[in-house]
Amino acid sequence: MRGPHRRGRFGEFGGRFVPEALVPACEELEAAFAVAWADPTFRARLDDLLEHYGGRPTPVTECGRLGERLGIRLLLKREDLAHTGSHKLNNVIGQALLAERMGKRRLIAETGAGQHGVAAATAAALLGLECLVYMGAVDVERQGLNVFRMELLGAQVRAVDSGSRTLKDAINEALRDWVATVETTHYCIGSVMGPHPYPYMVREFQRVIGDEARAQCYEMLGFDPDVVVACVGGGSNAAGTFAGFVDTHARLVGVEAAGGAAMSNGVAGVVHGMRSRFLQDEAGQILEAQSISAGLDYPGIGPEHAHLGTVGRAEYPSAGDSEVLAAFRLLAETEGIIPALEPAHGLAWIIREAGKSIPEGSAVLLTLSGRGDKDVALVRKLMQ
Amino acid sequence: MTAGTTPVPGVLEKALRDRRDAGRKLLIAYVTGGLGRDWVEIVRAIAAAGADAIEIGIPFSDPVMDGPVIQRASAEALHSGATPFGIISTLARADAGVPLAVMTYYNIMFRAGHRRMARTLADAGVSGAIVPDLPLDELDGWGEEADSAGIETVLLVAPTTPDRRLRAICARSRGFVYGVGVMGVTGERQSLGATALTVAARCKEETDIPVVIGVGISNPEQARDVVAVADGVVVGSALVHRILEGAGPDGAAGFVAELRAAIDL
Repeated sequence: MRGPHRRGRFGEFGGRFVPEALVPACEELEAAFAVAWADPTFRARLDDLLEHYGGRPTPVTECGRLGERLGIRLLLKREDLAHTGSHKLNNVIGQALLAERMGKRRLIAETGAGQHGVAAATAAALLGLECLVYMGAVDVERQGLNVFRMELLGAQVRAVDSGSRTLKDAINEALRDWVATVETTHYCIGSVMGPHPYPYMVREFQRVIGDEARAQCYEMLGFDPDVVVACVGGGSNAAGTFAGFVDTHARLVGVEAAGGAAMSNGVAGVVHGMRSRFLQDEAGQILEAQSISAGLDYPGIGPEHAHLGTVGRAEYPSAGDSEVLAAFRLLAETEGIIPALEPAHGLAWIIREAGKSIPEGSAVLLTLSGRGDKDVALVRKLMQ
Repeated sequence: MTAGTTPVPGVLEKALRDRRDAGRKLLIAYVTGGLGRDWVEIVRAIAAAGADAIEIGIPFSDPVMDGPVIQRASAEALHSGATPFGIISTLARADAGVPLAVMTYYNIMFRAGHRRMARTLADAGVSGAIVPDLPLDELDGWGEEADSAGIETVLLVAPTTPDRRLRAICARSRGFVYGVGVMGVTGERQSLGATALTVAARCKEETDIPVVIGVGISNPEQARDVVAVADGVVVGSALVHRILEGAGPDGAAGFVAELRAAIDL
């Protein structure tokens, strides 16, 4: 995928809709990222940390039993095996190194399921930075273990009690913090969202998923996969995955949670610094997303996805809670892998479409963006 | 001093200029639209008590430039059923006697449609619009429709705004220039930041359009200190705080009168 056009636009989406106080910081970040990304020393340090600290490259696993059952070849890109248990580390290591380069010693982050918060806390501990994570009060309650994990890593977690008390409100509160502290603080956004340059920069930090997977799939299959699937909340693991395959013939599929399906049910709007698609009412008030997966509980979607969906290069169906739970269990039982609920959405779509819009014998790659440990308590409760 | 403002000043700018040029310091008060049954009476009462213009907040679900007081006021107004067009049509009958400007977030404008929103505001007799998450670089779509409908779009200057950008913002701002007095969101502060006076002085050096400082101005003393440099002040959270506590039209007018007296000294 190419870089954004003038003023951070992907087609009509993207941009930089932030309070004036933040404009200089976004400009500074854009410039710092451009220099760092072209600097072999920065890239070497990032690659070294991702390899020796983060556990990259992550493997691609072919699912023999489940694939046979579905009549397809099913491959998983195993981001669940990366350090901290999800793909989030790729982005936070990059941003923490960038913050260090800009002389900013304090990181703030928002988190939904807690995966990005844990990753940010981890990167902060690694580089000796201060870290404050905003998390909706509802999420603090349903992801208590991740809260404790962040605290163990030396981060401070602040529960956000305003609005719907979930991810979107954690982002609001992080933005309010940043407006006051921008001169000394870097806002480490966890997905391909927010004002320019975040959607582009986070995608570039995550493209390691797609670049690795493409080479790995080619080695295993001898050709590129027919279908490439990833779950989408804001859409960072999907953006990183698609970046490796956008110039192949692969069908690109981003699967949203049915209760947070900004592509199916949202309309164009401008929130959290970006023009994209959002669940909203007729007056423009943002609606609450509803999903069993806190990581997909976001009423918007990254602007590049909105663009890829609009021009038809990628498609964005959704999966409902019950089919997601079934997929979660099926992967555990047939392959011995307990996925996070987020990528279980991608798997649910594959199960639904195998033999239908996915022809028999197709090679399908799913990015397994994280492991399911954080979700087992919730799933246990839902199964009882 | 540069002359790069509106060729013909609009209603808001003209009213503020005339008063300033007559030696008066400007007081702009903020009220959350749709908050309580008596919000329009409050608007009239504070106009009568000495506000030179009034900002009407159109509540938004995700107000990222606002602190706890305006967040709470917005949530209460939305909860009681306030809508952008409902508030605007009420303003058409408000008869406040001073210019009105709406303050809201860009998604409200975007969702309504730029032209529809600009014309509806103009038809309701509203003079200005302040959209804190629509910076200079993203102004084009809304800015053009607002200009052609005669709605003056007020731009904000922050303490972090570099000089060249500040110049461009002052040149493009209509109505007045809104200097953000502190790094941070709206809300009351114990003491006035040094940045308030610096921002005011930097803007005054660039433009002849009225320069008004807002965010963090909580009491008459702070207001008086700011107008030593700025042409005026915006007071929002401190007033809305009182309205949330049940001040009513009389209480709100009383507070505005105190502010008026302090800056008239």
